[in-house]
Amino acid sequence: MELMTPLFAILCPAIAAPLILLSKRHPNVREGWTLLASIATFSFVLSMAPKIVGGEVIECFFFQTIFENIYFGFKVDAFGLIFAITSSSLWILVSLYSIGYMRALNEHAQTRFYFYFAWAIFGAIGVALSANLLTFYVFFEILTVSTYPLVIHDQSPEAISAGHKYFAYLLTGGCFFLFAIMMTYYLTGTTDLIPGGIAALGSASRTILIVMFFCFLLAFMKAAWMPFHSWLPTAMIAPTPVSALLHAVAVVKAGVFGIVRIVCYVYGVDLMHELGLWLVLAGIAAFTMLVGSFFAIAQDNLKRRLAYSTISQLSYIILGAAFLTSNGIKGAMLHIPFHGFMKITLFMCAGAIMVATGKKNISEMAGIGKQIPVTMLAFSITALGMCGIPPVCGFISKIYLCFGAWTLDRYGLIFLAVILISSLLDVIYFFPIIYTAFFRELPKGERSGTGEGKIKEAPIFMVVPLTITAIFSIIFFIHPNTLFIFDLVKTAIVDLGFGGI
Amino acid sequence: MLIIAVSLLSAFTILLAGWINRKSCCFITIATITFQFIFSIFILRHVLTVGTIHYWLGGWRPPWGIEYVVDTLNAFVLVVILFLSLLVAIYSKRNVEQEIETRKLPTFYSLFQLLVTGLCGITVTGDMFNLYVFLEIASLTAYALIAVAGRRALKASYNYLIMGSLGACFYMIGVGYLYSVTGTLNMGDLRILLPPLYANRAVQAAFVFFVIGVSIKAYVFPLHTWQPDAYTYAPSTVSALIASTMSKVMIYALIRLIYSVFTLDFILSYIGLDMAICWVAAMAIIAGSIFAITQRNLKRMLAYSSVSQIGYIILGVGLSPLSVWGLYGAVAHILNHAVMKGCLFLAAGAFIHKEGLLDIRDFEGLGKKMPYASAAFTIAAISMIGIPPAAGFASKLFLILASLEASQYPFVAILLLSTLLNLVYFWRVIDRMYFVGHEEATDGGESEGSLPLSMIVPMLILAALCIILGIFWLTELPLPLFHEILSDLGVSGGVTL
Repeated sequence: MELMTPLFAILCPAIAAPLILLSKRHPNVREGWTLLASIATFSFVLSMAPKIVGGEVIECFFFQTIFENIYFGFKVDAFGLIFAITSSSLWILVSLYSIGYMRALNEHAQTRFYFYFAWAIFGAIGVALSANLLTFYVFFEILTVSTYPLVIHDQSPEAISAGHKYFAYLLTGGCFFLFAIMMTYYLTGTTDLIPGGIAALGSASRTILIVMFFCFLLAFMKAAWMPFHSWLPTAMIAPTPVSALLHAVAVVKAGVFGIVRIVCYVYGVDLMHELGLWLVLAGIAAFTMLVGSFFAIAQDNLKRRLAYSTISQLSYIILGAAFLTSNGIKGAMLHIPFHGFMKITLFMCAGAIMVATGKKNISEMAGIGKQIPVTMLAFSITALGMCGIPPVCGFISKIYLCFGAWTLDRYGLIFLAVILISSLLDVIYFFPIIYTAFFRELPKGERSGTGEGKIKEAPIFMVVPLTITAIFSIIFFIHPNTLFIFDLVKTAIVDLGFGGI
Repeated sequence: MLIIAVSLLSAFTILLAGWINRKSCCFITIATITFQFIFSIFILRHVLTVGTIHYWLGGWRPPWGIEYVVDTLNAFVLVVILFLSLLVAIYSKRNVEQEIETRKLPTFYSLFQLLVTGLCGITVTGDMFNLYVFLEIASLTAYALIAVAGRRALKASYNYLIMGSLGACFYMIGVGYLYSVTGTLNMGDLRILLPPLYANRAVQAAFVFFVIGVSIKAYVFPLHTWQPDAYTYAPSTVSALIASTMSKVMIYALIRLIYSVFTLDFILSYIGLDMAICWVAAMAIIAGSIFAITQRNLKRMLAYSSVSQIGYIILGVGLSPLSVWGLYGAVAHILNHAVMKGCLFLAAGAFIHKEGLLDIRDFEGLGKKMPYASAAFTIAAISMIGIPPAAGFASKLFLILASLEASQYPFVAILLLSTLLNLVYFWRVIDRMYFVGHEEATDGGESEGSLPLSMIVPMLILAALCIILGIFWLTELPLPLFHEILSDLGVSGGVTL
């Protein structure tokens, strides 16, 4: 029974998808399936947490593949579970939110939307729980393909060309990934994800290992590291719930999740040190953090600014992993759920602002803090969290990253400076939004809105989820062990051989 | 062998029955092929459990009489051919009624049956000359079947006729050389007699003639020039049948020649021969895809895509001396490509059948008008691109591993590049069908009800197979099959270097 829990967790969205398709004529039933499946998935995923924290590993293999030593199946470890908990818990909230959003805007093809959404979650959970790279790859590609119809939901020519760009980046990445996986298998005879790395890899030639590492990096263009980031802002043309879950949580997180997996579970800390690859990775991450933030400052469209902010924040996670120290990796792992909760709030707020006021650009948002106070309050809280200001959870992950940088033997101060400067830049691009919303007066034409023209909060289905995630962002600060996150991180760190904290 | 006899007999029965009742032809064809198919499954079981079957035609002993030999590889190919033929036959019933004059129906079905006979014959025979006979049966019927569609098809068929006959001649010259040197045409005997003669110029020339002759028939790039026209203008049913089965049988003949007649020692004794095959295949993969991208006619695009996919199989064959995964990939892709391409051509036929659409640019909103055909097309296309867990992914995986084992890194790059090219030309179609343009205007117009069930079901079966096979190849279940094939071909598992 326990053995099958990962299977149940992943089956929920897979079963929900056809049901959604079948009940396309009854919107309420259709959304019912989505909610039911999301809650079920979340409970299954969460139910595994106590066992994992207790140091066990849940394995669930379906069949031996034609390749020797590769079993197709799941192996739930602490790190995978963090990602699974993040995406499954947020799926519930985003489902609620999308009900409000899609109905308020009277969007077309809603059935298709929910259908592919369920498959995308299927892919994301599969990625999180995969036991080896081959399984990982299968779900990784399912995730890519199932999000395409979501990205081009508008079906306008711009949306379709955005979709093409999305595919061009991510499937090219997939090709590199496949090559790197087969190379790993060819060199070592295994593709298992082992804490501390695949030992047999150490005996391969340095050149091949370095080339392979770059292939792995290119494989994770999903992580939107620069200069392979431009698909992400373009994909913001998708409906907001898609941007929220997929481009703030599932897709990009699958990318950084993959990078951490490669660094810690395939190459391993020692090998990364020996080859000097950590410095390359850290350099890329630092570059992306700074440049991403600069780009964010230049954007006027709120969603695009958030997209560049995501690019920059994802590199915090990469940077943490690249430090290869206990604190750095801890910060990286914590930042996955924390950034997920914060960024999703910001995106949901952006959607709520659009539904309530029809405004997409920051320059038009003067005074909306008075019109939609709840939304803007949630926005402000999480924006502070993004900048790493207590009492929001972003502070915790960033402080660990700083510790991680501090304990480095070389270049520690440089990276510490990068983290601090980048946080400062975060303040620079978030603060004007808050300022504009709360302290600038409404334009004259809109102030005299009476009766029907008066702008109210977005529908309750949208405001409630974003309030919940904002509250969670604070709860995570006060009590980081909510949803077992902190315990899981500790377990993962112990698994990786860093000893206690 | 019973299969051939039944098939041959029924071909003539159909012609006769056609005189009496035009409607009965189709049913006789379906019944025959069903029978053959069930029988072929028994053969495969028998071969897997007991061992190779030898059958002496007319009771004459091999060097004089014609011998039929069925080992695992034949049996496997036989099952593939007959399964596809069966589905296409079911599909053909309604489609042919529309595309072909009723008067021609009996002829059509007897040709259809003869083609299947020829293909089965090529597969089971163990005699070089007998292979030629069946090759001609299959080819001649194929020319005729393509020409059935009318004017432009006539020209296409004529091109095919010339190229095909050239190929057959080459093959025949090869047979002549071998006979003059060894005095036998039995494959088993040749295998024993040839090794001392490898240095003989006539043997070497024969090999070259064989390869070129069969390559023309299997439209290996750059000998593919007849094929796009033929596929484009032939009736949809015929395109589907030829695309999914005929090329596979030709590839089978190539594998048989390389492994059972000439053996790997011959290939390996000429340095670079296997690599030459690989590079030709690589060219086919890339060139086929690029040509496919430039096409606007769906069937033509699929035809070029076949050129590219045949390259995959040939690449597997070329890599097989260096890595067993090469042969695994080739064998897997024979089935995968038959299923995928069959499905794509059937879907393309459905689009033509109902909407008369050929040009990809007119496909807007097709996803709503013909949901089943479009869904089948999409699944097969995704499988062609090689996105997991569909069938194409497994072949790609095997071939990549083969290239790595053979230390031929360029081919890995080519395979991956081809993935992206496939994506470009297939995704264009999918985009058109589902996403481009706001189709509210045509919403709720026609329902798919007018597409007959006998056309939908074969497509959906094939589409489902694309996924099921993808998972099947990934499990360890096909390993016994592969091992059997390897041992039958005289390759003792593992790398043979």
